[in-house]
Amino acid sequence: MADDNRKVAFICSKGNLDMAYPALVMGWAALGNGIDVTIFFTFWGLDMINKERVDHLAIPPVANTSMKMSMMGVPGNLGIPNIMGVLPGMTAFATKLMKDKMADLEVPPVREYLQMLMDAGAKLYACKMSVDMMGLKKEDFIDGVLDIVTAGDFMDMTEGAQIIFI
Amino acid sequence: MATREIAGKTVEVNDEGFMANPTEWNQEIAVAIAAEEGISELTPAHWQVIDFCRKSAASNGSAPTLRAITNGAGVSTKDLFALFPKGPAKKVARISGLGKPEGCV
Repeated sequence: MADDNRKVAFICSKGNLDMAYPALVMGWAALGNGIDVTIFFTFWGLDMINKERVDHLAIPPVANTSMKMSMMGVPGNLGIPNIMGVLPGMTAFATKLMKDKMADLEVPPVREYLQMLMDAGAKLYACKMSVDMMGLKKEDFIDGVLDIVTAGDFMDMTEGAQIIFI
Repeated sequence: MATREIAGKTVEVNDEGFMANPTEWNQEIAVAIAAEEGISELTPAHWQVIDFCRKSAASNGSAPTLRAITNGAGVSTKDLFALFPKGPAKKVARISGLGKPEGCV
């Protein structure tokens, strides 16, 4: 097949719940189509593979102009006022809404999704500089993360790959 | 719609080479398409997946997604990717005589 050697690499730099999904969804689609997948987690993206954090990724409604009241079942196109977003519990509330919507679509939670990707052959790496900056160790990451690598290593291992920054 | 001959039978196929009419499918066709996809032998484990896809499509109208297969056919992600290497999503659908899976997971 023409795409035998196609390779895609994702750089996950965000730790919010909504920003965790793009690489997971596209990575899974790529693997399903026989494309090699490498994922490099950097900065806040490390939360996605941090054992203590992966199940607690959240989405804050503050300064999120795309998050509308319609997610809560309020008809129309009303935004969530930032003043409401800062109230205690609003982030947890918005996060629960999003997780419920995802579950309704039978989209797995992030930890399970990552396991699916690894089982399907995706290679996961953590960024050394971010790991050092945050004082993390390999043991802090979920099982299956292959290594902590430098930006240069990442460039070497993704030669010829299409790189998607998230 | 284009047609082609697989395993001695003429069947309708779409632009991407998927069979257009699942009722034209039979097990010999599955074996022939599998061989084209580089799978020389269909083992009972392969058939478990194919049978599930056939049943699922018969009730839902479209080929199941990979996650639907792992959840429904009792096969792990690792095994599914080992049984149908290099791109199980399309391979499984093609071998099962179904269209491309609809859905992202």
